[in-house]
Amino acid sequence: MYKQLIRCTALVLLGLFLWAGHAGAVDFEANTPAVTRLKQNMQQRHNQLAPFYDTGAVGLTRDGLIVLRDANAVPLSGRQAVNALVAAENQDRNALYREIALANNHPEWENDIRSTFAQRWIASARSGWWYQQGNGTWQKK
Amino acid sequence: MTKRNYYPILPIIAGFALTACVTINIYFPAAAAEKVADKIIEEVWKTGGKPGGNTQSGGKPGDDAGNKTDKAKP
Repeated sequence: MYKQLIRCTALVLLGLFLWAGHAGAVDFEANTPAVTRLKQNMQQRHNQLAPFYDTGAVGLTRDGLIVLRDANAVPLSGRQAVNALVAAENQDRNALYREIALANNHPEWENDIRSTFAQRWIASARSGWWYQQGNGTWQKK
Repeated sequence: MTKRNYYPILPIIAGFALTACVTINIYFPAAAAEKVADKIIEEVWKTGGKPGGNTQSGGKPGDDAGNKTDKAKP
């Protein structure tokens, strides 16, 4: 009787361990249709945004977004278009962070994902691009 | 005789297993997230985008402002 109980418990525990190991091994998920769509949008937009990163008109913020940091670097006639590009990009970036969190069934991870991205955007930026440091000041890479 | 030694161990193992499950699922996998971020950033900021940008902007029937931004490119 006790022997049976022990065996049964051992089996349950084994199952739990296997399940836990599996859950721990599951990769960080970021392959949902929503994420793919956002990536494509941002990829297409990047061709238009890149020149503004190069001139320093647009910079990378510490919270994983972008901002028109030097409006004077853009001719007046093009300023509205840049603002629209920046707004659209930020909308997609916010959605991207949220969608990745949701893809992992952890909506509360959104801020962790945002700060991870903020660091990686800056680390991957080309030299000459501007980014915001942790204390809020702007730095040319 | 030896069977008796199992009893105090089992609840300990059970508790350990259960907390292990919980902690694994709550912890933010920073390293994995970084890898995923790098992959996505690489895709979005494809280095090939620079030379390819001209042909794409030419094919786009886009707005005036959009063309202007492309002209600003060095």
